[in-house]
Amino acid sequence: MKSAVITFPGSNCDRDMGVALKKFGFKNEMVWHDDNELPKSDLIVLPGGFSYGDYLRCGSMASKSKIMNSVIEFANSGGLVMGICNGFQILVETGLLPGVLLRNKYLEFICKNVFVKVENNNNPYFKNLSKNILKLHIAHNEGNYFCTGEQLKEIEDNNQIAIYYSDEDGKTNEEFNPNGSMKNIAGIFNKNKNVLGMMPHPERMIDESLSGEDGSLFFKNLINNIR
Amino acid sequence: MIEVNEKIAIEHGLKKDEYKKICDLLKRTPNITELGIFSAMWNEHCSYKSSRLHLKKLPTKGKKVIQGPGENAGVIDIEDGDAIVFKIESHNHPSFIEPYQGAATGVGGIMRDVFTMGARPIANLNSIHFGSPQHKKTKNLLRGVVHGIGGYGNCIGVPTIAGQTSFDSSYNGNILVNAMTLGLVKKNKIFYSKAVGIDKPVIYVGSKTGRDGIHGASMASASFDEKIEEKKPTVQVGDPFTEKLLLEACLELMAGDSIIAIQDMGAAGLTSSSIEMASKGNLGIELDLNKVPCRESKMTPYEIMLSESQERMLIVLENGKEELAKKIFDKWNLDFAVIGKTTNTKNIELFFDNKQVAKIPVNTLVENSPMYDRKWKKAKLPKKNKIKKEFINKLKIKDILNKILSNPNVCSKEWIWQQYDHTVMGDTIQKPGGNSGVVRVHGTNKAVAATVDSSAVYCWAHPLTGGKQVVCESWRNLISVGATPIAITNCLNFGSPENEDNMGEFVECVQGIGEASKFLGFPVVSGNVSFYNQTKEVGIKPTPAIGGVGLIKNYKQMITMDFKEINNLVLIIGKTEGHMDQSLFARTILDEKNGPPPEINLFNEKNNGETLLQLIKNDLVKSAHDVSLGGIITAISKMCIKGNKGFEFKKLNIFINEIEYLFSEDQGRYIIEINPSDLQKVSKILEKNSVHFDELGKIVDKYLIISQKTKVTIDELKSYNTSWLKDYMN
Repeated sequence: MKSAVITFPGSNCDRDMGVALKKFGFKNEMVWHDDNELPKSDLIVLPGGFSYGDYLRCGSMASKSKIMNSVIEFANSGGLVMGICNGFQILVETGLLPGVLLRNKYLEFICKNVFVKVENNNNPYFKNLSKNILKLHIAHNEGNYFCTGEQLKEIEDNNQIAIYYSDEDGKTNEEFNPNGSMKNIAGIFNKNKNVLGMMPHPERMIDESLSGEDGSLFFKNLINNIR
Repeated sequence: MIEVNEKIAIEHGLKKDEYKKICDLLKRTPNITELGIFSAMWNEHCSYKSSRLHLKKLPTKGKKVIQGPGENAGVIDIEDGDAIVFKIESHNHPSFIEPYQGAATGVGGIMRDVFTMGARPIANLNSIHFGSPQHKKTKNLLRGVVHGIGGYGNCIGVPTIAGQTSFDSSYNGNILVNAMTLGLVKKNKIFYSKAVGIDKPVIYVGSKTGRDGIHGASMASASFDEKIEEKKPTVQVGDPFTEKLLLEACLELMAGDSIIAIQDMGAAGLTSSSIEMASKGNLGIELDLNKVPCRESKMTPYEIMLSESQERMLIVLENGKEELAKKIFDKWNLDFAVIGKTTNTKNIELFFDNKQVAKIPVNTLVENSPMYDRKWKKAKLPKKNKIKKEFINKLKIKDILNKILSNPNVCSKEWIWQQYDHTVMGDTIQKPGGNSGVVRVHGTNKAVAATVDSSAVYCWAHPLTGGKQVVCESWRNLISVGATPIAITNCLNFGSPENEDNMGEFVECVQGIGEASKFLGFPVVSGNVSFYNQTKEVGIKPTPAIGGVGLIKNYKQMITMDFKEINNLVLIIGKTEGHMDQSLFARTILDEKNGPPPEINLFNEKNNGETLLQLIKNDLVKSAHDVSLGGIITAISKMCIKGNKGFEFKKLNIFINEIEYLFSEDQGRYIIEINPSDLQKVSKILEKNSVHFDELGKIVDKYLIISQKTKVTIDELKSYNTSWLKDYMN
């Protein structure tokens, strides 16, 4: 299985994502934002970081990078595109995913472990996952998901909400919402479920010596689903 | 052009006799650009004129030391061809004036010092000190500094793995912001600042030069008064995005063999970087200032030379490598300009609009810079206080514990470190809140531990003892995670060197640091001095911050402080004598501020630490924590909180009062958890090494049980410890 991670100026989780993908069996290639063409891949990842310093709006300048034309084309033809953290912000800016990511409710960067409840298993990312509550890690300043009432109705009707912030038992009360996200949304799909954007970083949870192994679970399952 | 005279020299922060010396050295009156250069090179911050004499006495060599003080950062050997580059630096003055940018550029500056040497930064730490929580400025300063540190470090993508925060009214008018960075490099790919060869191109890369930060280093060499807010324009503005690009571009260029020497433009910008490279190489340097990329129009040579715009580097390249280098910097969208060349004249020569605007022999700026043997006063060891037993016997341990655990200097700093990305790079195996932060050496079984510590109260009570204590504290924090201590970096924050008491504090703290680091084989490889942390006549408490680095050969043997298993035994290593003076208990519960700090016995310190390491290497230790501020009970409480387990004390068989036993701050102690079946093995090793130890009790469920009378739930402990800072900031 082949994957590609795009490096934008200011990406800083590109290496970590590459390490994770390789660890779980992907043949991964790093792709420069200024390139025109994507290598042949089964999965494209937009990694976390501060592309273009988060200037203007998080993800907005990166969404206009040369390589993004090919990424959008790839997504529209059904290819798997996953954006983590800043990658999620970029996907929202391209319009591949609905809504926006606002500044965290308490106006502070948050770096901590959270639980997320997987809502939707009928897609290549979470299908066959052995657990539906995962312990993952977040590290962001703008993860407060927001969209219009109309958009919300649409994404709910189409089952586009991928994961919610929750407690370890899967309760999705406001107190388990770290950043003020609408409905505790931590990640969403596009209509066809081939594009996923999420704030938590599975690539930081791939080792028992780090904070945990639920990221490993995610990646192992992902590569099996793609095979 | 402005006519230079003594008055203008004094306005530049120079003393009368210093100005005279400049005229004598040049055999003429300097022009304004030259005067600016002298003032930048000769101020306290850049020249170390009051401290040099004393810093020379620090032990800086060791088997593991690859590079000691004098370069951009120190370098130590961590085996297998790997090395760690590290240093700590202050950004106190700018952070008080503009907390966000001051702290942010402090982080940016120290990271540049590290990657200038070819190392990829792998961990950041910080030591930050604020005035009394009741002081009107404290809350905003704290918020601004934390946002600034996070804003910069998070964006670059380097984890902030540990730190220290304290509050003390002596910082009301002068906060301290010390930033430390560790970088990883291959031993054979370290870059230095010594220029070699004549007619080599001098390259400017990074951000454009603006008018920001002009005379920043001079500001950091003076005391504050009521007009300090007017100094805001001398604070630099950081751009972490550009620094990230600069980091990647420099490392890309460094992978080849184009660079002869490289130096970041930190304090005193283009001036100090160019002079440093020329001086180290015993060469001259010639710069055409029209070629310097400028952000603002009509900048004068004086402004260009003294700007402290951030994210800039100066490189001496091999001839013919200009195109290759330019390509890399173009790829990363960074400015690149050939602005001069090395010469054999041993002068720094500046040209602007085809005219020579400055010509100064390099040695007059460096070797001939002033050095002072300032007057200083020796501190007396204060007399011990008698503790009123009748009074303390009436106190309820639970109430005291609540006060101590929620004390601003003991309480959990989660509100702070949750705002720092501490997991990016995927190798953080011990996050903030432990004894030390630990990161793996990417792709290996090794890990590096780092800690930053200071004990201003002890240093204030008796500088010599305090200086020793901080080094020992750093040593203990590394050992507690199972790391072999290797070396330290120091950030020496003091009041005015022109005041005999403050100078005495400096001299004796440095002596204490030197004695401890020599005895422990824990040399000083880099550092920074920050004087004039003083508003009008009042200086801060002497605050040397020590950054320690150690190596864990097999990261699976790393130790954390959370209690692991019910029924495991808990021992205390080191002797508890009941030293109460200067303890948190004495200062906060008894309101007693006098007396000597706890004594340091370097022999015991070394022996206890090395023996504990031996236990850890034999897999006999399940958790460990050193005993420091707040004594045994505070250490035990934190281990309970982290592990979400209780603890029951054995009936104490002691000759001192129970409160003295629990809250005293005797040094050289550790608390360790062991499996009951290992007790014999552990005792044997401790006894063989003549290490004093006592069995304290065992781990239980849910309660901290001190005696029949005193029982506290873990949730209560947690709430004592975690509420204060959160409530204070909201």
